[in-house]
Amino acid sequence: MDLIIEGIIKAFWLLVSFDPEVLGITLLSIKVSGTATLISLVIGISVGASVALTRFPGRSIVVSLINTGMALPPVVVGLFVTISLWRNGPLGFLGILYTPLAMIVAQAVIATPIVTGISLAAVQQLPAKLRLQILALGATRRQMVWILIKEAKLSLLAAIMAGFGGVISEVGASIMVGGNIKGYSRVLTTATVMETGRGNFDVAIALSIILLLLAYLINLVLTQVQQRERPR
Amino acid sequence: MNPVRPPVFEARNLQVIKGGSLILDVPSLVISEGEILVLIGPNGAGKSTLLQTLAALQTPSRGEILFRGQKIGADVPVLQYRRRLAMILQEPLLFDTTVYHNVASGLKIRGMKRNEIDAIVANTLDRFRITHLKNRSARTLSGGEARRTSIARAFATNPEILLLDEPFSALDPMIRETLIEDLEKVLHETRITTIFVTHDRMEALRLASRLGVMNAGKILQIDLTSEVLHRPANEFVASLVGFETILGGEVIRRDNETFVASVSGREIEAIGDAVVGEKVSLCIRPENVTLLTTASANPRNAINAFEGTVEKVTHMGSFRKVQLNCGLQLNTYITNNSFEALSLSKGTKVVVSLRPTDIHVVRQKGRLSFGT
Repeated sequence: MDLIIEGIIKAFWLLVSFDPEVLGITLLSIKVSGTATLISLVIGISVGASVALTRFPGRSIVVSLINTGMALPPVVVGLFVTISLWRNGPLGFLGILYTPLAMIVAQAVIATPIVTGISLAAVQQLPAKLRLQILALGATRRQMVWILIKEAKLSLLAAIMAGFGGVISEVGASIMVGGNIKGYSRVLTTATVMETGRGNFDVAIALSIILLLLAYLINLVLTQVQQRERPR
Repeated sequence: MNPVRPPVFEARNLQVIKGGSLILDVPSLVISEGEILVLIGPNGAGKSTLLQTLAALQTPSRGEILFRGQKIGADVPVLQYRRRLAMILQEPLLFDTTVYHNVASGLKIRGMKRNEIDAIVANTLDRFRITHLKNRSARTLSGGEARRTSIARAFATNPEILLLDEPFSALDPMIRETLIEDLEKVLHETRITTIFVTHDRMEALRLASRLGVMNAGKILQIDLTSEVLHRPANEFVASLVGFETILGGEVIRRDNETFVASVSGREIEAIGDAVVGEKVSLCIRPENVTLLTTASANPRNAINAFEGTVEKVTHMGSFRKVQLNCGLQLNTYITNNSFEALSLSKGTKVVVSLRPTDIHVVRQKGRLSFGT
C-alpha cells in the first residue's frame, strides 16, 4: 500500500516539477501514437468506407480479416515490423529500425484494422437509401462517400478513441521496434516496463498514472464532442 | 394516349432483372414536358424500381432511356443528367446538420458560390414556409417539418424533373393534407415535369394529369386520369381505382346497347358490346350501389334491384361501409345520417339497386366496354 501511495506522490511531484525526462517521454508518446492514429484514420476510414459501399466476390472474407485484425496482438505486429525493417529485411534499406518512425509504423499497423472495422460498421449502419438520395442530389461518387463519412461522424469518433486507446497503451511493438532508447525512442509504456523491471515501482506507478491521465483526457475531449452531437 | 407536348423522357424496352427475376418490364413509356404522371400500384409493383431507373440510380438490364431525345449515359453523361433532376424518397433522409445546410446541400454539391447559395436557400425556405427552422438541427424536426425540408432541398436546385417516391407515407392525415396542398401549389406554379409514385389513390387523383397503374413490374394501364378512373383496362386496375366489387358472369342475352349477364344465379343488366356466351367481369363502385329499405322499394319492378341483408357495418368516420349479401356480395358507403335514418343494423333486410350505366364491364377478350 505504501508503494502505491509513494508512487502517487512521486507521480504528482514529477508532474508539477515538469521533470524534463518524463515530459520528453510523454510528448514522444503523444507524437508517436497521435501520428499513428492519424495514419490509421486516413487508411482505415478510406478502406472501411470502400468495403462498406462495394460488393465484390470474397467480400465477407475481407470483412472477417478486418475484424480479426482488430484483435491483432502488438507483439506479433512488433515481430513482423522488426523483421521487415531488419538490416536484411525487405524494408531494411530504410534504416528506421529503433527509431520513433518505426514505432509509428508499428502502431499504425495496430490501429488501422481497428479504425477500418469501426468505420466499415459505421458506414454500413447508415440507411441504404441515403446513398441514393445523395446521388440523386447530383453528387459524384467521391462526394457521396465524403457525405456518408460526415454522416457517420459519431461512430467515427469511437474509431478514433479505440484506435488511439489501442496504440497509446501498447508496449510489445514499441519496445521491439523502438528499442526503448533513453531520450530517443522511450515512451510511457516502454519506460513503465523498464522501471518495473528495475524495481523502481514508484516511478513505474507515476508513469502509469500519467499514461492513464493522458488516455483519459483525450477520450474525455472526444466523448464531449460525441455526446454533444449524439442524436436526441 | 399520345402526348402532344415534347417528350422529356422516353423509355424503350426497359427491363430490370434481379436475382434472375424480371422485376421491371416497360416496353415503352413517354413522359411529356410539364405533365404530372402518377404511378400507383401495390407494394412490390416495381414503381420505385422504375423511378430509380429513370433517375439513373439503377442501371437497366436491357433497354434505354432518352432524356430530351438524348440517350442517358451515352449522349448525356449520367452525372450531368442527375443534376437536372431532383428526387424525394419515402424517408426524408436529411443530413445531420441544420435545415439551412440540408436545403443548401444540392447547391454545394454543384459547387455554387456562397452568396448564390444564400439567396436561393432563403427563397426556398420562404416558399416552403420553413424560414423559422433555418438554424434548427434536422434531428430536432417533427415528421412534417422534416418532410417539408426534404421537399425544399429537392426544389432548391431548380430541377427540370421531379421524381417523388411516396413522400407522404407514414404522416398523420392533417400534416399530409397540408403538404399535398403545398406541393400541388408549387407544381402548378413551376409546371415542372413530375413523376409521383404512391399507393394512395386519393393522393394520385389529386395530383395526376396522367395516371399509370403498375403491378408485377409492368404498367398495366397508363392514360389520362379520368380514363383510367372510369375505364380501367382490367379487374386489377379496376380494384385499384375504386371498384370494390368485381363480379364474374356470363352474358345470357343482349338487346341493342345492353346485355344481361348471369352472376351467381342473379341477372344483372349492363351496357356494352359483350356477346351472348361471353365471360365478363362487372366492376361496381360502392358509391354506385343504392340502398333502400324493403318498405320503400319494390325490387320486382326495377332493373338490377335485389333483396338482401346487411352483413357487416364498419364505421369509417363521417360515413359507414355496409357489406351486403343479396346473393352477390356488394359494398356500399352511406353517411351516418342516412345510416340512422334507415335504421340499419346487421341482419336488416334491404333492397340494393345498381344502374346499368354505373357498371363497368371488362370483357374477357378484346376491348373494354363501359356503361356511361
